[in-house]
Amino acid sequence: MSAFTRHRRSGRVIANFTGFEADLLRSLASQLVELLRNEEAMPQAVDPLEAMMDFSGPTSAPEDPVLARLFPTAYSDDEESAAEFRRFTEAALRDGKAAAACTIIDGLEEAGLPPQLEEEGLMIDVELDRETAEIWMRSFTDLRLALATRLGVEDNDEDYWAALPDEDPRAQAHDIYDWVGYLQETLVRALS
Amino acid sequence: MSAASPVEVEPDVEQSATPDEITVLATPWVTIVWNDPVNLMSYVTYVFQKYFGYSKKKAEKLMLEVHNDGRSVVSTGSREEMERDVQAMHEYGLWATLSRSE
Repeated sequence: MSAFTRHRRSGRVIANFTGFEADLLRSLASQLVELLRNEEAMPQAVDPLEAMMDFSGPTSAPEDPVLARLFPTAYSDDEESAAEFRRFTEAALRDGKAAAACTIIDGLEEAGLPPQLEEEGLMIDVELDRETAEIWMRSFTDLRLALATRLGVEDNDEDYWAALPDEDPRAQAHDIYDWVGYLQETLVRALS
Repeated sequence: MSAASPVEVEPDVEQSATPDEITVLATPWVTIVWNDPVNLMSYVTYVFQKYFGYSKKKAEKLMLEVHNDGRSVVSTGSREEMERDVQAMHEYGLWATLSRSE
């Protein structure tokens, strides 16, 4: 299984993915970008002029549970302050997380992942400088939070997931969640 | 541009602020990181070291507080500073809130 390591001489972080793994990672990152840029989740003004003049961000928590987890309420007991905080931060946070996921997509494609994976036995060798590796590490968190929220992952629930039959799509999704966690763990270690 | 006040006014802070208000103004704010079932212990430690510049020992102590107690105060300061810290924690995918120090 692929993992991140630090190249001793250059200090760069490297990983070798199979074409399948790289394609899967790209697909997860793309879905996250799509979710983050989903206009439905942004504040909607009824009047088109008003919409054009609306430079402010949203004031209420996103309805989608994944977005609600990615952009938590900053004040637990002060609704007004929470709304203000959200208005001034959520758009930038969204852009940052979308850009980070795009960094993963671009990195995989620059390393040779074709738009459509057809070739068998293709290996994608990724080599990242420290700054880029940290962006990947951060985005892995977002991907894991998204998967975990959709799956309903809880503390100490390993037995539950292990007991699911292999053909259960949730078991497969949980395997992917575990895999991204493994990637992140090795990436943190490579950067430490 | 505002004109200069024609009359000299004595600043009268001490008499107008009650001891309670002074305490409130001086009360610092805190950033709290909450436990979640997703974030890796190694990653949370890394973030505390990287963002706050804490030693590995301090970062691990705070991470374990989050893990074992469900929450930990990771920084203290003005409200503006804590809003910056909370935003940074959200960038890193950690679940953080700010509140007045108790």
